[in-house]
Amino acid sequence: MPATLSHLQRLEAEAIHIMREVAATFSKPVMLYSIGKDSSVLLHLAMKAFHPGKPPFPFLHVDTTWKFREMIAFRDRMARELGFDLLVHINEDGVREGIGPFSHGSNVHTHVMKTVALRQALDKHGFDAAFGGARRDEEKSRAKERIFSFRTKAHGWDPKNQRPEMWKTYNTRVAQGESIRVFPLSNWTELDIWQYILQEDIPIVPLYFAKKRPVVERDGMTIMVDDDRMQLLPGEKVEERMVRFRTLGCYPLTGAIESSADTLEAIVAEMLTARTSERQGRAIDKDEAGSMEKKKREGYF
Amino acid sequence: MTETIPREVEASGIRDYLALQENKTLLRFLTCGSVDDGKSTLIGRLLYDTKLIFEDQLATLEKDSKKHGTTGEDIDLALLVDGLEAEREQGITIDVAYRFFATPKRKFIVADTPGHEQYTRNMATGASTADVAVVLVDARQGILPQTRRHSIIASLLGIRHVVLAVNKIDLVDFDEAVFAGIVADYEAFAKDLGFATVQPIPMSARYGDNVTRPSANTPWYTGQSLISYLETLDVESDLREKPFRFPVQYVNRPNLNFRGFAGTVASGEIAVGDAVVVAKSGKPSRVKRIATYDGDRERAGEGEAVTLVLEDEIEVSRGNMLVAPDARPHVADQLAANVVWFDEHPLMPGRMYILRTETDEVSATVSHLKHRVNIHNFAHEAAKCLDLNEVGVCNFSLQAPVAFDTFAENRTTGSFVLIDRLTNATVGAGMILHPLRRAANIHWQALDVTKVSRAEQKHQKPAVLWFTGLSGSGKSTIANLLEKKLHVSGRHTYILDGDNVRHGLNRDLGFTEEDRVENIRRVSEVAKLMADAGLIVLVSFISPFRAERRMARDMMPDGEFVEVFVDTPFEECAKRDPKGLYARALKGEIKNFTGVDSPYEEPERADIHLRTVGREPEELVDELEAWLREKGYC
Ligand SMILES: Nc1nc2c(ncn2[C@@H]2O[C@H](COP(=O)(O)OP(=O)(O)OP(=O)(O)O)[C@@H](O)[C@H]2O)c(=O)[nH]1
Ligand SMILES: [Mg+2]
Repeated sequence: MPATLSHLQRLEAEAIHIMREVAATFSKPVMLYSIGKDSSVLLHLAMKAFHPGKPPFPFLHVDTTWKFREMIAFRDRMARELGFDLLVHINEDGVREGIGPFSHGSNVHTHVMKTVALRQALDKHGFDAAFGGARRDEEKSRAKERIFSFRTKAHGWDPKNQRPEMWKTYNTRVAQGESIRVFPLSNWTELDIWQYILQEDIPIVPLYFAKKRPVVERDGMTIMVDDDRMQLLPGEKVEERMVRFRTLGCYPLTGAIESSADTLEAIVAEMLTARTSERQGRAIDKDEAGSMEKKKREGYF
Repeated sequence: MTETIPREVEASGIRDYLALQENKTLLRFLTCGSVDDGKSTLIGRLLYDTKLIFEDQLATLEKDSKKHGTTGEDIDLALLVDGLEAEREQGITIDVAYRFFATPKRKFIVADTPGHEQYTRNMATGASTADVAVVLVDARQGILPQTRRHSIIASLLGIRHVVLAVNKIDLVDFDEAVFAGIVADYEAFAKDLGFATVQPIPMSARYGDNVTRPSANTPWYTGQSLISYLETLDVESDLREKPFRFPVQYVNRPNLNFRGFAGTVASGEIAVGDAVVVAKSGKPSRVKRIATYDGDRERAGEGEAVTLVLEDEIEVSRGNMLVAPDARPHVADQLAANVVWFDEHPLMPGRMYILRTETDEVSATVSHLKHRVNIHNFAHEAAKCLDLNEVGVCNFSLQAPVAFDTFAENRTTGSFVLIDRLTNATVGAGMILHPLRRAANIHWQALDVTKVSRAEQKHQKPAVLWFTGLSGSGKSTIANLLEKKLHVSGRHTYILDGDNVRHGLNRDLGFTEEDRVENIRRVSEVAKLMADAGLIVLVSFISPFRAERRMARDMMPDGEFVEVFVDTPFEECAKRDPKGLYARALKGEIKNFTGVDSPYEEPERADIHLRTVGREPEELVDELEAWLREKGYC
């Protein structure tokens, strides 16, 4: 045993500590499972925290119906192999109204199929704590958020009035209908995540690795044609190119990057020399400055 | 100086490169000091100079600086850190931002905290996890009250190292004399704060002087730049050498063959076969296994999140601690602590809060406010309450014992937060000074005649009927009538009336909020003793605050406290005005009069709600008596 813990060992212990606090003090916790790399790390840590038991809470995927097909296949495989309790929620009202990113734009789509859908799912099951994989290094309003982040009955975040958070002594008390979003990866950076995936050999969706994929250039982003709901506009053509993704979301809203990195080592090497942030490939974050904060105040993760 | 990002990191060499990263130590620091002294600008500068700003973020920064910037044509580096809309609009920091950066020598987590007094609690949040405080001072302004307040809080929270950043040195023409003056002032006042090191550095956050590299503008300063100082500062903790402490978080019992205690080692080390005791019960056992997902371990130490399996089946639950048998923590229900207060509603002696240690939770009353610290001269002043952002020393009396160390011995097991029982807000933080031995010396006398036997002799169920309502609402009238009826039917009763008690037991108390709290505390204690004697006690007190009524309820066993809300609207009371008090209060002749210039908080869930308007007292008493009979009180 080393005399002092390494950086990743400290981060791992902190995340496990947080998960156990939640399991011990809330009556109905849930872990949000978005299938991306951060969720994969979160899932892995949850398996560790409660070993030899299983995580004592379900995993919730809010399916917008526009995720990459490979994400859904990966999700179902992980649930099968690890045997965790998977809940999938779709906003059926949104489906009935035919809401989608192509027809309604990224804002409406994200609001209805993600934010509202999430609120529906949390209300339906009465969850009083929900884990998310957000990190403070992702975005400047996230850098301001507590690890235990209080939400009102309406799921709103009040960034100007957050509870003080001292040491590792978390205030886990909520009244009926209120809840807490919990972020065990708050202090991890993108590099830490990749380094941990490498160290622990954590499975991730193959879309993170470079491969020849059918893509189209649209609005300055490289969009993968994942199914036939994507109609080509005049002048657009589908090309097979070596690309990969730095973050994963709804396929029409997630930009691919040109890359030949097809191993974890190569991905980390590429990340170290990157000139842009990971969120740059996301349409929903670009709408306006402060847009992330606004979404979070409405209940987005 | 800054991290040179490898241009072409070969994928093959990446594991070696990452191994190097892993071996870097981590330093956590915060920036603090008065409003506008340049804290956020400094962090922005650090991120910028360590090349951690991506192209898209830089483009956003340029756009933002045009819109919200405070620096004219230049980019405003503070906007990299002030991430909330309200912060950007007002040009101030409201809440702490946590940012991450690395140099070839070290990794850093920095908390940028607000200078504004209103948000002091957010500074405390950032300071609670930091090893070093960078205290900024505007060279033109010198030491300000917030500089002092933040320094005191940093010291109370156990921060041992301070960098005194004399900032905006560009605005005083890089004048050495200004720098020397501020350093002398700071050292004079900080000498009592117990910092191990205070390192002064002249700086310009805006232009980068002495931030990441020594500046040619300050040739008289020969010390290190901020970054090279932070890279080399030794803050190694000695928690691993301290006695073993394992606060139990979670009992892991997935099947009948496994019962493990999950938690994070707070200090010391443990190995398979080592003896431990359960802190609160003193029960001994040995460690049989140290279970982790990555296989069983031989040893574990400070900071590791593991699951311990013991040799024996002994009772241990969340909130208890497994500890070294030869160096045990304190176990007590009375303690003294330094407190930093975070809430608009002041801390008040007599009021009950939830005291939360890392894994334990218990109701606690402030039994005594010993003193408040004056942040200007550190004087210890007598005080009746602690207001928002004030610091003081309090004694606490807990409803059950907790296991703890002093904060000086162990930051993890020697601290707690205070939580409001109604709003669940985190209202204060405590750093434990020492246990109070009162509990150990005054043992409970075991009495042979019990409460039950006393009540049985009287053929009744003891109760405390608590009448609350505005002055003149009819509490005393109703309580009187009820007592008469109970008396006639052979019950043993007693009335505690607000006015009467104030002539004797509580004659030293006035009508300020603190005194009202103490008034209720004493009456609750007396009522409790009387119920213990087997009586039905009728308490007739305005008792305007929910928190105190709740405190009284919590002092009695379940079912013994009955809250009776005598509900008469203010207008009606003022009209009846049996003692002529409303007329005088409305003229301003009586201060702190409930309903006039002091609030009445209506019960949310009274056991009985009596609406008096349009009804005779006799009717109401019948109603009350019927309820009591139905519930088996008479
Ligand atoms: N000339 C000069 N201006 C500076 C320097 N450092 C900060 N400023 C300016 O001082 C103003 C306030 O800076 P901030 O970084 O927002 O101050 P702060 O301490 O973070 O303020 P709060 O967080 O609200 O307490 C901005 O306009 C900065 O550009 C400096 O070294 N030199
Ligand atoms: Mg600031």
